[in-house]
Amino acid sequence: MYLRPTTLDEALDALSAGPAPVLSGGTDFFPALGERPFPPRVLDVTALPELAGIAIRDTEIRFGARATWSEITRAPLPPSLRALQQAAREVGSMQVQTRGTLAGNLCNASPAADGVPPLLILDAEVELASRAGTRREPLAQFIRGSRATTRRPDELVTAVIVPRTLDAGRSAFLKLGARRFLVISIAMVAALVEADERGRVRAARIAVGSCSAVARRLPELEAALVGHPVRPGLGSIAEERHCADLAPIDDLRATSAYRREAALHLVRRALDACVA
Amino acid sequence: MHRAAPLLTFTLNGAAVAVPASPGARLSKVLREDVGLTGTKVGCDAGDCGACTVLLDGAPVCACLVAAGQVQGCAVETIEGLTEACGTAQRLQASFLRHGAAQCGICTPGMVASATHLLRETSAPSEEEVLQAIGGVLCRCTGYRKIIDAVLDVGAARPASEPAAGAAVGARIARLDGTRKLDGTDVFGADAIPAGTLLARAVRCPHHRARFAIGDLEDFITRHPGIMRVFTAADVPGENRFGVIPPFADQPVFAEREARFRGEAVALVVGEPAVIEALDLGAFPVAWESLPALVSLDEALAPEAPLVHAERRGNLLVSGRVARGDAEAALASAEVVVAGEFETGFVEHAYIEPEAGFAERVGDRIHVQACTQSPYMDRDDVAKILGIAPEAVRIVPTAVGGGFGSKLDLSVQPFISLAAWHLNRPVRMVYTRTESMMTTTKRHPARIRARAGANRDGRLVALDVEADFNTGAYASWGPTVANRVPVHASGPYFVPHYRARTRAIHTHLVPAGAFRGFGVPQAAITQEQLYDELAAGLGVDPLEFRILNALRPDQPTVTGQVLGEGFGIKACFEALRPHWARAKAEAAAFNTGAPGHLRRGCGLAGMWYGCGNTSLSNPSTIRVGLKPDGRVALHQGAVDIGQGSNTVIAQICADALGVPLARFDLLSADTDLTPDCGKTSASRQTFVTGKAAEGAGRALRAAILRHANAGSDARLVLAEGRIEVEDGGHCRTIDLGTLPLDVNGYALAAEETFDPPTTPLDPDGQGEPYAVYGSGAHLAEIEVDVELGLVRVLKITAAHDVGRAINPVLVEGQIEGGVAQGLGLALMEEFHPGRGENLHDYLIPSAGDVPPIESILIEDPSPVGPFGAKGIGEQALIPTAPAILNAIHHATGARIRRVPATPDRVRAALLAQSAGRHD
Repeated sequence: MYLRPTTLDEALDALSAGPAPVLSGGTDFFPALGERPFPPRVLDVTALPELAGIAIRDTEIRFGARATWSEITRAPLPPSLRALQQAAREVGSMQVQTRGTLAGNLCNASPAADGVPPLLILDAEVELASRAGTRREPLAQFIRGSRATTRRPDELVTAVIVPRTLDAGRSAFLKLGARRFLVISIAMVAALVEADERGRVRAARIAVGSCSAVARRLPELEAALVGHPVRPGLGSIAEERHCADLAPIDDLRATSAYRREAALHLVRRALDACVA
Repeated sequence: MHRAAPLLTFTLNGAAVAVPASPGARLSKVLREDVGLTGTKVGCDAGDCGACTVLLDGAPVCACLVAAGQVQGCAVETIEGLTEACGTAQRLQASFLRHGAAQCGICTPGMVASATHLLRETSAPSEEEVLQAIGGVLCRCTGYRKIIDAVLDVGAARPASEPAAGAAVGARIARLDGTRKLDGTDVFGADAIPAGTLLARAVRCPHHRARFAIGDLEDFITRHPGIMRVFTAADVPGENRFGVIPPFADQPVFAEREARFRGEAVALVVGEPAVIEALDLGAFPVAWESLPALVSLDEALAPEAPLVHAERRGNLLVSGRVARGDAEAALASAEVVVAGEFETGFVEHAYIEPEAGFAERVGDRIHVQACTQSPYMDRDDVAKILGIAPEAVRIVPTAVGGGFGSKLDLSVQPFISLAAWHLNRPVRMVYTRTESMMTTTKRHPARIRARAGANRDGRLVALDVEADFNTGAYASWGPTVANRVPVHASGPYFVPHYRARTRAIHTHLVPAGAFRGFGVPQAAITQEQLYDELAAGLGVDPLEFRILNALRPDQPTVTGQVLGEGFGIKACFEALRPHWARAKAEAAAFNTGAPGHLRRGCGLAGMWYGCGNTSLSNPSTIRVGLKPDGRVALHQGAVDIGQGSNTVIAQICADALGVPLARFDLLSADTDLTPDCGKTSASRQTFVTGKAAEGAGRALRAAILRHANAGSDARLVLAEGRIEVEDGGHCRTIDLGTLPLDVNGYALAAEETFDPPTTPLDPDGQGEPYAVYGSGAHLAEIEVDVELGLVRVLKITAAHDVGRAINPVLVEGQIEGGVAQGLGLALMEEFHPGRGENLHDYLIPSAGDVPPIESILIEDPSPVGPFGAKGIGEQALIPTAPAILNAIHHATGARIRRVPATPDRVRAALLAQSAGRHD
């Protein structure tokens, strides 16, 4: 049964009645389906008005679960979200950006999800709804592992929410792949630097993707950066030990040793890009 | 038993439509098969190639990623609607045609749709905006540069010029089959779907090697109403064996008892399309027993290795050898000697059109309409499989959405022929991207050890090459690779002492076959890097080293052939001199002033490549007829796989006959209608079929002149129902209606065959394997991010001796496409059987990866070729990868001996180098 409800209530009723894969932009759904038959019960959320749009509010920015990469690229967002907008422009191709959604990227929970590092540095939260009510969960907890999230089968991700606590920060996103377009990241880094009134780092945030089952923040480095002058060369504060918690794997795209080293270079460059 | 599909209503190309469609069906499938708009092409069903791009509410989307239910109430524009009603798209199509931006045409509708969206938003886009817009559509033929130019140049209105009589050769005319590629009406393998056609899907081995037992088929069929029949090896009426080289034919249509590679078919399920599509083939009754498999050269060559084929001892398919002088002694006394071992992996052709076609039984004949590069070879093998005469098989090649060598081998043809023959219903098969990548031939992985020696006077004295090629489970073109490489591994230089030994070794992996260059690109990666090392050892400039050693017309090749006039390699190298000087200076200037992690460099490589089969007959026959209405029918059996033979052969014939190209009607390959023009491979069509076309054109001209009793300089003017023959002030009119018509309906006709003159090779490989060699040289300029090992190619300058550029636009198209594939070979492409059988794990260059390419056409006419022309198809790819690898060394000092030079490999080489391990 192909379900395409037009209200959130109907959608949640459908999910409470029984599990169904959620279909939105289809950019992960169809490739995963391959040549297997279409599942017997699918919930298409693309007609739910409650999930549409990007709302820029005083204290938070709310990305409806249907917000696509293209919408994110075009939205007038503060500089702290520049990393997210840069990531949005590097996801797949324009065709993929037109359809693919940020929420879908998080739910798909690929280790190489381009949306995760730029949201981790912003302490983003995921909003989930079910018949039992609505809850919010920090993104860092929502993604449990490769292809695993805390979403229950009766829940629907309705929004991704970014608090505006770091609005003054400047951010950058760097993606490393073996070709220019349509490429899955070998490694990627999102960084944010907020300066205090004396031109020193008040807060720094760094997250690395594709170098562990789930993208990771580098808290030791974030702490080490505080108080340093915000100027080019900031990246040199980053050292190998700051990346020690990454757990990259060998795969078709690169070796683990390469990823570990490349991550450090990307971290340094991303920090410098924030202050350039 | 199937519920009627709900009615889907949306706006399609400006008109409201209501289509019965399953809401979960991919929009691409609904458009193509339910609505019948086959201009939207399907390349991957995963959003990886962009061929199916349509505009959904004005925005570009991959139709394969959109569920039909999601377009309810939306507006969809496809290439058909854009062609009909969108001025922007129409201007783009005209510009694409003018620029030669469509080759095979399979990506073209997606490119046009993507670019239309861009131009609707931005009327004068920058190159970067064009890249962003088309970056999601992969093209395997063009190298993108002409597409980029076409989009940027969309505003320029230039009328197409039609060459006059005798002026077609050398003219930059648009391809004659271009319009139907641009408007999406060209018919590819998956596009023709006769009413009532059944669908076939193959059951394939999931292991590298496995014994298997098929279970209860009756029960399986009973439980799945709609399945008409399941075919296995027992159902093959003729030989359950095929192969492109008949003495080596070893590949079964269906494996019997043991499957020798992952993806080998064991059964075919055929039935009503809806049923077959919905079938979970995981439920097919077959028990697999995985067996120990040979998955590397070393395993296959181990003394106790199991045999892939019992009769091929040591898993050796074939070995090749060329020897001249005394390489061993010459290396011992050479003043500078370098040595190295080089490795390459499987490379996937990655044409955007997966294999597809249908077959239909017509009485006691079988008609097969599918994408192919080799209609007559297909005909003969299908006949053997069905146990019928070759004349009972008709092969009608569709447009081919890229071939590059892999569509020389059979894919869907045996399956659809067998099923249609037995069921007496049309049967079609469309490979999935995964099926295409898993089962069709690849470029041979190679491991090449070589030593090269030179003396202080700068002259090459010796080269010794040992090359092993992993040929996979079946022969395919393994013998050709093993025999072609020893002839070519010297490169286009005079090497007095030479020895090259090759082996094609079986493993339990996907068969390796023909891929643009038949092993020569792998050899060039070896020899051209060693020659750079020799030049460095001698302290001479690598370009001057190559110029000094370039084979002269009076010097023997490594097979002892003296090529004589018309071999322009030296001119190619010399043409690069100013570019090389500029590139070196620019790189040095950049490196002086650049941030520490970026280094620039430049590198060179040369190539030569024999056109046609190696010391084997490979004739082409062209028929040309004058129709009673005064038009000329050209029976042109060379399959145009995007390279342009439909156009080039006609240009040659038009000038040979001496009438304008516009008077020609083309009959393209069809084994019932066109004489055999051989296969589209070995860079032979312009040369061999072109020569036949020249001969046929001249013969028809002579017949006309005889009829008019006119001299050889007479001018022919074709008009409605008559020819006017103008000869020295006299004009004689031949009324074509008065002439008797031949069996083909022609008033006058000619048929000519050309088979290139070659001689057999002796046990030392001495002889004249090819009548003509093409040659060329590339200069690569690159930038390396040394911290990340990322290589970016900044420019390729490509000088090629093409003898005569019959159509310079098409020649440039071949060069640019070859460069893009060479760039992929150098930097990103490696296929791992069983892993990454898709176009997001297997990377081919995207629009953003191919740099500007400057083509320099050298025209040193071949005494043999038509109007002096030589081949260019494979030549263009061969020097790119070694030029890039030499440039990496120039930039960084690191030598990459294992391609692709992925970021992690380059970085590892840089680390090893800085650790002082120069290995």
